[in-house]
Amino acid sequence: MLQEESDLALIIAQIVQKLKGSNLYAQLERQAWASLQRPEIKLESLKEDIKEFFKISGWEKKLQNAVYSELNVFPLPSHPAAPPEHLKEPLVYMRKAQGSWEKRILKSLNSMCTELSIPLARKRPVGEQKELLNKWNEMGTDEPDLSLFRPVYAPKDFLEVLINLRNPNYENGDSHSFRTHLGLIQVPLKVKDIPELKEFFVELGLTAGQLGIDDSTQVPPELFENEHVRIGQKVLSEQDSAAAQQYIRQGSPTALRAELWALILNISSQPEDILYYEQLKTNVIQHDLLVDSLIYKDVKLTASNDDYYFVFEDYLYQVLLCFSRDTSVLGHFAYNSASPPKSYIRGKLGLEEYAVFYPPNGVIPFHGFSMYVAPLCFLYHEPSKLYQIFREMYVRFFFRLHSISSHPSGIVSLCLLFETLLQTYLPQLFYHLREIGAQPLRISFKWMVRAFSGYLATDQLLLLWDRILGYNSLEILAVLAAAVFAFRAVNLMEVTSLAAAEAVLADLSTLKVMPLLQIFLFATVT
Amino acid sequence: MSRVSVPCHVKGTVALQVGDVRTSQGRPGVLVIDVTFPSVAPFEHTSTHTPAKWVTCLRDYCLMPDPHSEEGAQEYVSLFKHQMLCDMGKVLELRLILRQPSPLWLSFTVEELQIYQQGPKDLGIWFQVSPTLPASGQYAFALQSPSMTFPKWLSHPVPCEQPAPLLEGLPDPSRVSSEVQQMWALTEMIRASHTSTRIGRFDVDGCYDLNLLSYT
Repeated sequence: MLQEESDLALIIAQIVQKLKGSNLYAQLERQAWASLQRPEIKLESLKEDIKEFFKISGWEKKLQNAVYSELNVFPLPSHPAAPPEHLKEPLVYMRKAQGSWEKRILKSLNSMCTELSIPLARKRPVGEQKELLNKWNEMGTDEPDLSLFRPVYAPKDFLEVLINLRNPNYENGDSHSFRTHLGLIQVPLKVKDIPELKEFFVELGLTAGQLGIDDSTQVPPELFENEHVRIGQKVLSEQDSAAAQQYIRQGSPTALRAELWALILNISSQPEDILYYEQLKTNVIQHDLLVDSLIYKDVKLTASNDDYYFVFEDYLYQVLLCFSRDTSVLGHFAYNSASPPKSYIRGKLGLEEYAVFYPPNGVIPFHGFSMYVAPLCFLYHEPSKLYQIFREMYVRFFFRLHSISSHPSGIVSLCLLFETLLQTYLPQLFYHLREIGAQPLRISFKWMVRAFSGYLATDQLLLLWDRILGYNSLEILAVLAAAVFAFRAVNLMEVTSLAAAEAVLADLSTLKVMPLLQIFLFATVT
Repeated sequence: MSRVSVPCHVKGTVALQVGDVRTSQGRPGVLVIDVTFPSVAPFEHTSTHTPAKWVTCLRDYCLMPDPHSEEGAQEYVSLFKHQMLCDMGKVLELRLILRQPSPLWLSFTVEELQIYQQGPKDLGIWFQVSPTLPASGQYAFALQSPSMTFPKWLSHPVPCEQPAPLLEGLPDPSRVSSEVQQMWALTEMIRASHTSTRIGRFDVDGCYDLNLLSYT
């Protein structure tokens, strides 16, 4: 169809334009020039010979991986008449809700600033800079007085905002009718039902091998595990992002996980990347931000108290403080419904040439934010690589968990998907919990916002995040949340209060995620 | 051949409903929008011309895949000449018939309607249907772009019940060339826009001493 061809031409033009500014483009150009000296490159067939050279030397694969990465991350080119806001979020009322929520956060941060008389940003004196540089690798030993700081918001505040989200053009009657949703989320987003989820997650089916199930001690490794590891090694040697993404849907062997994730996220540690990270470190040394204290507080409250993650405390500071200074993160706001907070240099209020974003990366951390980084510390020990992986995970996935949007992987859709699954397939449980004032979403929301980090055992969490990468979607978080409720349904049917329900679901550290998911999706009689 | 915006006048939406709109309980599920073209020459009676009649040029074009959910609710849509069922050569008036079967929405319409013409005789029509309260489920269009020579009246179209995918006939060479032109124009547009190079600095001349955060 001609329309599809013109759409394809547009996508190609957009990707070409994006890659033209990248490091890969410069490298390809250099390689092409250098290849002219090779004997197999002939002038008559220059183009084909260079293309052949790229294929053999692996550069074509790198280009393929870069294109695949762009296709995965960036939305398709929008309609020419659509304004940029439409790409961030097509529904007007959601944009408005996100705008009001952001305003609340900014007001809260401003009032913290004025109450504590601490500036948003401050240039460190030279002595302090030297001191910080010296203890860069052990910032955890620092015990600053953080008692006056409070997190800007916690997931439960955000949940209240989502509960009150309404489409003004929707029949939001007060009386319960077929129109009102029985759960907390009242916006009619399209979510998948189990048949659609079965199709989407077909590789998790009962007939396919899974790491997390078929690698347990009772199962002989010849049946699945050995072959799966062998295929994984082959995928890594081919350095093919798309193949890696397909492969990891059945789980990643522990030994190969770090490399596989880097391949899927198209992260390769070039000298430029290490230099970039060092530059960010210099920015941290030079300027002290109010946001830094929020990060300190968050790490101390969450990761440091966690049995699995407290050892990584220093790494977390090294990643999160640099993350706040990274202006390249601003690029993701093109497809994020959120917008970076703006400020002006003191004394130049209103003058556009003195307008800046605060923090430099536009992301204000909330309570639990550091838990997005903590699990990655098990995989990566080199700070700049750890940093790159986290940044890519954030701009691909995690940002959707704390901004209001209609995207199928956005937190609103995940909440609605969870509630719909529970209501449809466990109606008695849903009804019972609702009757006792324990709306299920109130319990599962915190799991989904943190992508289950800090709630599951680490090996299980990594198996879950394997699937997030493999399917390029966060919907599995909602399915797992519903599966957990299904698993503990018998106990939950006996509780009589929200507190008791919370107690039943307080400890998820013994759960095995893959069997739960498989049973819920493929083995539950409906 | 660039596209030229055709001035059009969009009349107000008319709900098709049995009974009095004010007193009846239900909301209308069908809306009609008439679009006239002020630049079209006035109607001339000539005995040699066939009387003008309404012709369906687009049948059951689905805008929202699921009428009860938000998917596609505020999308921008383009419709092209090659999707039309009949010849778009001589058009006087356009009528959009919108259908929204779901009772969940308070209102539905299309907004920011724009019609374009490519070339003097060619009819590459672009309808830009833009963010609105959830748009309708099906369209039955009748109408085409204004004619330069013979205006014709078009008869009433018959709205169809079954949503059917549009089937395409073989494209003719002049249509193909106009589409290729369109494609080329779009890609050139993208390429011409400058890449925003990020320098990586977040401060202004080394200074990052800030006031409070601003919000409007």
